[in-house]
Amino acid sequence: MTDITTSNDLTMDETARAKRRAGLRLFSTAIRYALLFLVGFVMLYPLIWLVGASFKTNSEIFSGAGFLPQNPTLDGYIKGWQTSTPYTFGRFFWNSFLIILPKVIGTAISCTMAAYAFARFDFPLKKVLFGSVIAILLLPNVVTRIPQYILFRDLGWLDSFLPLWVPSALAGDAFFVFMLVQFLRSLPSDMEEAARVDGANSLQTLVYIVVPMLAPALISVCLFQFMWTMNDFLGPLIYLSSVDKYPVSLALKLSIDTTEAFEWNRILAMSVLAISPALIVFFAAQRYFIEGISSGGIKG
Amino acid sequence: MAGVQLKNLEKVYGGTLKAVHGINLDITDGEFMVLVGPSGCAKSTTLRMVAGLEEITAGEIIIGDRRVNDLPPGKRSIAMVFQNYALYPHMKVRGNLAFGLKIAGCSRPEIDAAIADVARMLEIEPLLDRLPKQLSGGQAQRVALGRALIKKPGVFLFDEPLSNLDAKLRASMRVRITDLHRQLKAEGLSSTVIYVTHDQTEAMTMGDRICVMQAGRIMQAATPKELYNHPANLFVAGFIGSPEMNLVDGALEGGDFIVGSQKIAIGSDLERRLSEKPSDAIIGIRPQHFSLAGSEGPGLSARLANAEFMGHEVYLHTELEGRKLVCVVGAGEFEALGRSDIVRLRPDPTKLHVFNKIDGRNVSLRGGSIAA
Repeated sequence: MTDITTSNDLTMDETARAKRRAGLRLFSTAIRYALLFLVGFVMLYPLIWLVGASFKTNSEIFSGAGFLPQNPTLDGYIKGWQTSTPYTFGRFFWNSFLIILPKVIGTAISCTMAAYAFARFDFPLKKVLFGSVIAILLLPNVVTRIPQYILFRDLGWLDSFLPLWVPSALAGDAFFVFMLVQFLRSLPSDMEEAARVDGANSLQTLVYIVVPMLAPALISVCLFQFMWTMNDFLGPLIYLSSVDKYPVSLALKLSIDTTEAFEWNRILAMSVLAISPALIVFFAAQRYFIEGISSGGIKG
Repeated sequence: MAGVQLKNLEKVYGGTLKAVHGINLDITDGEFMVLVGPSGCAKSTTLRMVAGLEEITAGEIIIGDRRVNDLPPGKRSIAMVFQNYALYPHMKVRGNLAFGLKIAGCSRPEIDAAIADVARMLEIEPLLDRLPKQLSGGQAQRVALGRALIKKPGVFLFDEPLSNLDAKLRASMRVRITDLHRQLKAEGLSSTVIYVTHDQTEAMTMGDRICVMQAGRIMQAATPKELYNHPANLFVAGFIGSPEMNLVDGALEGGDFIVGSQKIAIGSDLERRLSEKPSDAIIGIRPQHFSLAGSEGPGLSARLANAEFMGHEVYLHTELEGRKLVCVVGAGEFEALGRSDIVRLRPDPTKLHVFNKIDGRNVSLRGGSIAA
């Protein structure tokens, strides 16, 4: 009888302890989620405020830190789109597109070819050349600005889109070449050998076999290039002088420069439009993007 | 139709590491040649050189009547089945089968007809619209086989194609491949096969001839029966056969082989076969070539360490003068022996091999042959 009582006590004790543990777990989960939500909100707040403020009037923008507009207006978008120049913002978006399209396509093609050569073929001076790629990766951009400017000036490319995309279309972005080389090294070469036995030459093997397997990394490369080009300010500032050739990044600055009293709601409204393509493209290809950078050995 | 000749074939890595030491091998048209050997013996390197996936340092490869040293893999009239299948992961089975023909510029109807033929032959018709990741190991291997067959090449190259499969599937694929080879041969189609494996069961059951390799050299190339009955050297003797041949060192004195304090009578048959009588010798006895002797008469006294019952036969692990000996005897024979720590073993003198201890050559191959 004594034994039975003891075991019943033990069972009740254990049940109480299990309940306490479950309560603690729930509490700790709630705290963790609250913290995550808070930090996430703080980090996203500038973006949320930007979107909210783009619907405010100029006078309301600086009256408080809240993001909800009291009198929502599309004034910023309508007038911002028209700009203070003879061109609408549509023109600047088109200019950005004219730079981005050849740059992204050129980068994808040229970096793939360069990376394939480095990852799969033996050729004279391969190590020296790959060493140079890594060295370029570590070189600050600013160092090459002046020599590049002089080169493009001598080629007669100033005030054109060419200096903005041609170097990238010739595998000039060492980072992408490195990223693709790393990804290719992680792929087994059996499939390529099978293709060679099937009679494919190097180019056919690259196009039919390697590129489809490289797709996640290639999507990452295209996304990175798209976002970086969309956000590039210094390049267009140096090489473009005619307003009709300005991309979005320069056009945003233009609206700050030309008027003494800044129309902030117009600038914010156009900023929202300027970041939206990158956001849309990123979320559309997010899955491949993460797969591409994580399996390529470049994380962060 | 194409035979393959390897003439003084060499492979050197990085200028110093010699992987293949000038091998010569003549594979006749329609022959099923198995390259077998332990890991690192350069059997796969040799196969990859024939395929054109590995550059040749020296020597010649002739397929049919063409020297193919400088031809790319696609122009050598070969097809290859890889160890891990190497199916194109983004293409469906149909696409995998069609790829080689598309590259060769075949028309759509031709490709469709060829796919239908191969799919029927390998029973992969229901798999044609699946991706490789949706296939089991055996199915993937059949597709890989199909990809080789569809090209109708002169020579089929297999690089350990069954090593990723489980034992049961491996056994059935072994039969399927040999049947396929026989079928192709019967239909008068190209059917020369070079098959790389490290599994001697595969080698013995599949090959018309087997080429045993070690450290980049050919140890012996012969039919399975020849290899088993007349191993040219210690390596082949130890490599072929399961359980492996007992190799006991000792000395040849007069008409006996002396092992410690015991003698094995050589007998007139072996005496006749000896091309030389090395004083330091190794005698080779297959485990199956022992019988249990009574307590009287000639025989070797060995300490019984362990007995493994395999059903109809028993593997006896014994110790003879400090040397380990494995004997295979009938279960009934062992039962009749009763419990004893010492067993009396009688090797069949007509099936003994004698090897020169210095260079490992079999010196008992002259004239007569060992009864199979």
